[in-house]
Amino acid sequence: MTAPAPTLTEIQQAALIRKLTALADDEIILAQRGGEWTGHAPILEEDIALANIAQDELGHAGLYLELRRALDGTDPDALAFTRSAEDYTSARFVELPKGDWAFTMLRQYLYDAYEALWLDAARQSVYAPLAEVANKAFREERFHLQHTALWVERLALGTPESTRRTQDALNALWPYVGQLFQPVEGEAELTAAGVLPDLSAVKARWDGLVVPHLSVQCGLSLPPAGAEQPGRDTHTEHLAPLLDEMQRVYRAHPDAELW
Amino acid sequence: MTAPHPPLTPQAVWAALDTVPDPEIPVVSVTDMGMVRDVQIGEGGAVTVTFTPTFSGCPALHVIRDSIGQAVRDLGASAVEVRSTLTPPWTTDWIKDDARERLRQYGIAPPAPAEDGLIQLQADATRCPRCGSFDVRMTGSFGPTLCKRLYVCDACKEPFEGFKSV
Repeated sequence: MTAPAPTLTEIQQAALIRKLTALADDEIILAQRGGEWTGHAPILEEDIALANIAQDELGHAGLYLELRRALDGTDPDALAFTRSAEDYTSARFVELPKGDWAFTMLRQYLYDAYEALWLDAARQSVYAPLAEVANKAFREERFHLQHTALWVERLALGTPESTRRTQDALNALWPYVGQLFQPVEGEAELTAAGVLPDLSAVKARWDGLVVPHLSVQCGLSLPPAGAEQPGRDTHTEHLAPLLDEMQRVYRAHPDAELW
Repeated sequence: MTAPHPPLTPQAVWAALDTVPDPEIPVVSVTDMGMVRDVQIGEGGAVTVTFTPTFSGCPALHVIRDSIGQAVRDLGASAVEVRSTLTPPWTTDWIKDDARERLRQYGIAPPAPAEDGLIQLQADATRCPRCGSFDVRMTGSFGPTLCKRLYVCDACKEPFEGFKSV
């Protein structure tokens, strides 16, 4: 049922592990930010929706880390719950505090569009295990995009206050979003080998989707693109406190069993 | 003094799995949902069951895995391995017809045919499971479990859950 994985060189394998970890780290951190709304969202339905989205993203992180486990045997839970901020490779975009509802929905929308398009491209990977994961996650991701795209539109075109908050959120997020499209070390070689999608092609599709949606349909003004993006070893000051909260239970009870 | 079990057949394993309920929707079984993809019986009666997860973040996955293993052990299997596969990815199109009807009677609108590929911005047409009307509104694109969404029927005024089409 499952096609054999192509043989990777040692260097390619190290790059693939870096990429899978970066993908998982973004999902974990964004899921944690989404989870912070549980019990606090403006209405019950949205509380449930955001918890669902966060749960899906965490599921995707699990898929990526299982792929990593197949390569180097590391335990996904240990990776998620014992690495400190300097060892995480999340993008600063997902680390920023949850902000208001407009910020949360806009960030999730920009991320969902990126993730859906990346996964769509990754379905063509010659590395069969990744293509399988992409096929699986892609089906879930389109529900997120459908949901958050409508929210961004509703907020942008709602009241003067919701418009102002959505524009403020866009101004705050736009300088950071480019980091999602920064390749990890060694990624170019994997792209050339057909293992990973070409990030610049994903970025072009993403621009074609979100730029007209935000500017034409939602009437928002796009701020200038951010300056050159730092690598994924550069974090915001918000990551460490987030990990402190997220990892507290695991660190206190590392041998706890699944209930 | 229990009688020795007769040799296991794949049919017997499938029949046992037909009785393993989906932990979140107990009116349907794991086979009704199309989650069980393969049953193999090897040397000495060791059973391998291959199943595919519905949603990757589904918290019921380990319960499903344990329930499948238990059901097969109850048949007297010498060893049971429950494997998971992602290929081909699970789709709501695999839910059996009679299970769709049971979902509807339970108050959950069964899924529309799944579409692959394009990223859709419009939701699929859904029919009220109680009165059959298409005059329904989605009130939440996500529901109490990852596989469902929330609706209200404007004809009979009842709220209901509907399956996502994936």
